[in-house]
Amino acid sequence: MGVVSSKLGNLGVVTTTLETAVNWGRTGAMWPLLFGLACCAIEMMSTQASNYDMSRFGMELNRASPRQSDLIIVAGRVTRKMAPVLRQLYDQMASPKYVVSMGDCASCGGVYNNYAIVQGVDEIIPVDVYVAGCPPRPEQLIHGIMTLHEKIKGERITDWMEFTQKA
Amino acid sequence: MNIPKALDPASALKSLLGDAVLDVKTFRDETTIVVEPLRIQAVLHTLRDTQGLVYNFLSDISPVDYYPETRYDGQRFGVSYHLYSMLYNRRLRVKVYLFEDDPTVPTVTEVFPGANWLEREAFDMMGITFDGHPDLRRVLMPEDWNGHPHRRDYPLGYETVMFSFNVEDIAKHKPFAKE
Amino acid sequence: MVMELSRPSADGMAEWQGDLDALRGLVSDRAITGETMLLNLGPHHPSTHGVLRLLLELDGEEIVTCLPDVGFLHTGIEKNIEAKQYEKGVTLTDRMDYLAPMSNNAVFCMAVEKLGGIDVPERAQVIRIICLELTRLNSHLVWLGTHALDLGAMSVFLYAFREREVILDMFEMLSGQRMMTSYMRPGGVWRDLPPDFLPALEKFLGYFPQKVDEYELLLTNNPIWRDRTQGIGVVEPEDALAWGLTGPCLRASGINWDIRKAEPYMSYENYEFNVPLGEHGDVYDRYIIRMHEMRESTRILKQAIKRLGAAKGSFRSDNRKFVPPPRAELGRSMEAVIHHFKLWTEGFSLPDEEVYMAIESPRGEIGCYLHGTGGPKPRRVRFKTPSFMHISALGKMSQGHMIADLVAIVGSIDCVLGDSDR
Repeated sequence: MGVVSSKLGNLGVVTTTLETAVNWGRTGAMWPLLFGLACCAIEMMSTQASNYDMSRFGMELNRASPRQSDLIIVAGRVTRKMAPVLRQLYDQMASPKYVVSMGDCASCGGVYNNYAIVQGVDEIIPVDVYVAGCPPRPEQLIHGIMTLHEKIKGERITDWMEFTQKA
Repeated sequence: MNIPKALDPASALKSLLGDAVLDVKTFRDETTIVVEPLRIQAVLHTLRDTQGLVYNFLSDISPVDYYPETRYDGQRFGVSYHLYSMLYNRRLRVKVYLFEDDPTVPTVTEVFPGANWLEREAFDMMGITFDGHPDLRRVLMPEDWNGHPHRRDYPLGYETVMFSFNVEDIAKHKPFAKE
Repeated sequence: MVMELSRPSADGMAEWQGDLDALRGLVSDRAITGETMLLNLGPHHPSTHGVLRLLLELDGEEIVTCLPDVGFLHTGIEKNIEAKQYEKGVTLTDRMDYLAPMSNNAVFCMAVEKLGGIDVPERAQVIRIICLELTRLNSHLVWLGTHALDLGAMSVFLYAFREREVILDMFEMLSGQRMMTSYMRPGGVWRDLPPDFLPALEKFLGYFPQKVDEYELLLTNNPIWRDRTQGIGVVEPEDALAWGLTGPCLRASGINWDIRKAEPYMSYENYEFNVPLGEHGDVYDRYIIRMHEMRESTRILKQAIKRLGAAKGSFRSDNRKFVPPPRAELGRSMEAVIHHFKLWTEGFSLPDEEVYMAIESPRGEIGCYLHGTGGPKPRRVRFKTPSFMHISALGKMSQGHMIADLVAIVGSIDCVLGDSDR
């Protein structure tokens, strides 16, 4: 039993800070929105499928509804026609919400510097983690999500106040 | 099954609709028949329904913009109808040339219903109007978009590419999203 | 307007902002009076395979009208290629139909080769066929997984993606990239097969047919699967031709047209394979045809491996007016340096003429219309893509069906929105 039993002592009580406990909960069961746009969406599906299995990191299922999800992985190029839809989905998510911009196209427009593509999804919604690659390998996406977990674990109570004001 | 002998599309079309055929070209074994824009419906009908031709499948409608050059008598646009004959396994290109001030050609949706979206795309991207089309709306670009992006005088893009030397400069103007 | 039915209001809730008059003529009059319901499906919906938007007019659960709306993934790839040299355009074509990148590479390269009159050596042709058939397997596996997932069979998705990873690993051996390979170039392929590719391919072909049997065991005779797919989305042969359906969707209606057989490219005429045909033209037949196609692709791949040993020539043409010389030659030959410099700065020029090249992609006929300028950049590149035609026929296919059947139909036409919108 090791660490757990020695920490528990006789009382079955663990002391920790509220921040650690809440952030642990947030990172341990983060449900992403099922939001696939283009090529990166296929790599996102690979990440969830048998070989890479993203549910190892608490991302058991992709929710189809923005109301039930904490994380939006913008997987693919965002066109000017899609941009209002993306913003609406983001607005409908409940706080705290996080954004991973997956792939070059979502991060900066990628190879498409043209009339149809939004040059970086950060023009529409605030992004927490950028994942490079065209498309990123599943390992890269998992690394991006780990980076997001690190970020969340560093959040303080004062940051949560901002969330409540925003929501 | 007794398959009738295949006819040469250019000579057959000339004998059936002589006044509609303007020019016949061959390049890399591909035949192009240039026809009068207003007669396009009749031409495709004839090509589809005549024994020995049977071009019964419309593969594609490809518009092309010759700007700043022109073709023939100053026509700026070309529209190619790529036909395929499943009976004889051969392809044919029927082409019309259109003027810049009135790029209009009759629709062929009555001959090939599948042309519906292809014509909508040509309208959306190249600004070619198809007379008599049942539902000529934009298909790929948003409804309120200005201009026709695939024209040669439409700019490709306008944002400066970000490098490490100009990243700060661009970040100042870039409309980053707030919450 | 039709495009913008709803916009977020201050509290994030969607509100009806549409103009019913704009829909007059597109939906039935009963929708205008409110007798039937208008429902917006997508562009963000799990069963639309990307960003397809369908405006449905429903009478109860029955679909009266279905108006597909595409363009949410319009990337301007055609226009982007016009601003690039021919060889650099290959990289962009990958990202159109991202489930079958090799088919896109191939059709663009073949159009360039046709316009320029570039020869492709025999060995390069065999390598291309290996790539094209592997990409067909790759695409059909994703289709199978997602189609089954839409109809409630989760496990097929996991199995199909397991095999797909093996194919992606092989693509990575070839090109260094899992999905966006850009492996084909005008005149051949980028480099020769790496030494560990063929053993990996042979090992994969050894066990893949049994895996297809495994998928079929899960679905083909499954009563739920049959009930959901048989008699749904029936397309008559005449309609299929008229609407411009191609590929498995056309063959499911019983029309025997496969470009690999009808107008063989890359010496497909030397390979022995069957073209599976359907009878009813329903969702089930399209499923069966794709399953058979996977088996036929395995056969072609096995023949291609045998041919590879005897195939003459290099992996890429040595026509130095179009193909840059290999690195090793640069130190020895002045001419090679000149060609290298010319091809990588200016690029090669193609005549001011037009060609149309069509091949059989996993989804159907993918065509490339290429118009040169006489200079190193094309005047016009246009791709005729199968998904675009299939989605345009979706409205007629789904008329009179239940809304749950629409999911089956959308899955069965195997639309990829990147392919449709380009």
